Amino acid sequence: MNNKNIPTPTKTNYNDTKATLALAKASLRSIMRSPSAVIFTLAFPLIFILVFGFLGGGGTKLDIALAPGSDMQNPVIIALEKTGLVRLNKTDSKKEIDNKLEKGNYDAVIMVEKNANGVPAYFTNVTYTSASMDKGNILKSILNEISYNLNNQNLKPTVTEIRSNTVTGRLYRTIDFILPGQLGFSLLSTGVFGTAFVFFSLRQNLVIKRFFATPVKRSSIVIGEAIARIGFSLMGALFIILIGHFLFKFTLVHGAITVLNMLLLSTMGVIVFMGFGFVVSGLAKSESTIPPISNIITLPQFLLSGTFFSIDAFPTWLQPISRALPLTYLNDAMRKVAFEGAGLWDVKQQMLIILVWGIGIYAVAVKTFKWE
Amino acid sequence: MEQKNAIISVKNLVKNYNDFKAVQGLSFDVYENEIFGLLGPNGAGKTTTLEIIETLREKTSGEVLVNGFSIDNDANAIKQIIGVQLQAAGYYPNLNLVELLELFAGLYGSDIDPMEMLGKVNLQDKAKAKYKALSGGQKQRFSIATTLINSPKIIFLDEPTTGLDPQARRNLWDLIIDIRNQGTTVVITTHYMDEAEQLCDRVAFVERGQIIALDTPDKLIDNLIASGFERKKEVKKANLEDVFISLTGQEWRE
Repeated sequence: MNNKNIPTPTKTNYNDTKATLALAKASLRSIMRSPSAVIFTLAFPLIFILVFGFLGGGGTKLDIALAPGSDMQNPVIIALEKTGLVRLNKTDSKKEIDNKLEKGNYDAVIMVEKNANGVPAYFTNVTYTSASMDKGNILKSILNEISYNLNNQNLKPTVTEIRSNTVTGRLYRTIDFILPGQLGFSLLSTGVFGTAFVFFSLRQNLVIKRFFATPVKRSSIVIGEAIARIGFSLMGALFIILIGHFLFKFTLVHGAITVLNMLLLSTMGVIVFMGFGFVVSGLAKSESTIPPISNIITLPQFLLSGTFFSIDAFPTWLQPISRALPLTYLNDAMRKVAFEGAGLWDVKQQMLIILVWGIGIYAVAVKTFKWE
Repeated sequence: MEQKNAIISVKNLVKNYNDFKAVQGLSFDVYENEIFGLLGPNGAGKTTTLEIIETLREKTSGEVLVNGFSIDNDANAIKQIIGVQLQAAGYYPNLNLVELLELFAGLYGSDIDPMEMLGKVNLQDKAKAKYKALSGGQKQRFSIATTLINSPKIIFLDEPTTGLDPQARRNLWDLIIDIRNQGTTVVITTHYMDEAEQLCDRVAFVERGQIIALDTPDKLIDNLIASGFERKKEVKKANLEDVFISLTGQEWRE
């Protein structure tokens, strides 16, 4: 009855690293073949980047209508067109102009009249719209400068002459704002959705249970999965950055160093976002509850973290919420690194806040995560 | 009976789920190199017992030794010498069979040739297929292949033939007997008594968490006959399954 065989104490030395890497490899293969991972990480951000890349880039342009009956050939109009800052429409009727002016589609209407009395040669009548005040102000200063120049063409200045020149700076394109935001969003969605779905389905389909029948450690499963997800995210990030740089002239101040810094920030971001994913996989009762819970986490950040618009444009009551979200700081750090050429030390404050979020979310994840 | 080595020794095993007593003091030994069957209705505690021996589930009390290792202290050592096929286990999504075997090789820390493993269960031509695309019998054969990766001393098969057609079932029997003949101990659960009779060297009947009978199938049948039992119907020399097999052929249908 008793066991007669002597316990064989030969415990073969088991290699945790090998197990972890085998899991990472399997997971990476699986992610690459999963349509949703590829769509969220690459396709969505790329579509947004394409759209904004083609839309933007021109900087500010003023839309000005030329009122019907206005004089066309005069120094004012010629000077205005020469600035390259305005789009002049000369064909719309009075009614159309008024309509568009009210909606702010036009920033102002200009009517130039020849003065029958001779001096001054022209009257320039400008109508602004309250729908577009800031652009109206830009026009106001352009017109002031034009009129000053035109009026003083033949005079010696009595008090002062302003001699201005412009330093050639880096052109801040729309892509420089949009790309870091999209990158952050890509990291957020692959971190949250990807992690939540994978761990939920591995648990639900008893894949993890079968793993537990092997000598693999739990930490190997988590680390292996993390390596794969980080690897995939970084490939995605690199791809997005390169497309942005070579197709849409996304600014990388220090070239490869900047890219490297961005990838380091990406790694940090995706690790923190994976924490949210672990929490979601633990909270979800069924596969269909994962998207809503994940969206509660990703959507507010998508909208409020400066992915599309600068946080400064939000109403003041909303800004504190924005400034509480981790993606805000990732986006902020990314932009500083990419456009301003900041080093990682320069964005330590942002990184610290992301880190605090990471510690907090993993504390929650440890409580909520379920293996079985 | 000749002297045999117990490779698994279960003593007074108890498992309670809150109020429910799933296993109530099971004791049995599994001998080296036999095919041992755990039989009994659903909910009798077969799977729970298996999973405790496999170190996948905590016991409430009792003692379990596997190849001399205690499940309390040496779970990891046990995992290295057993192969486990779970009822309804899934596999990592989006991977083909070769890739899954490579994954398991990593998890067990074994160096194997995936094609050779697939050859053992006759699935070489499915090397590039996904697990989900396999037929029922192929899935079970693949599951068994994953249990063999670490050249285990013992493999556990939980209802491996449930839902299979007669050809696939007989096929799996041949595979299991083959594995045993290579020196591996097999512990199997099943609902099919003809299967247990054909396959198992010894069987234990489990009912409400207790073992109510344990012996060779032959002995158990003889005991029943000796108690005066008689089948209502004259037994013919063949049964309907024999008719099915002779009509549809022996070859695999997958």
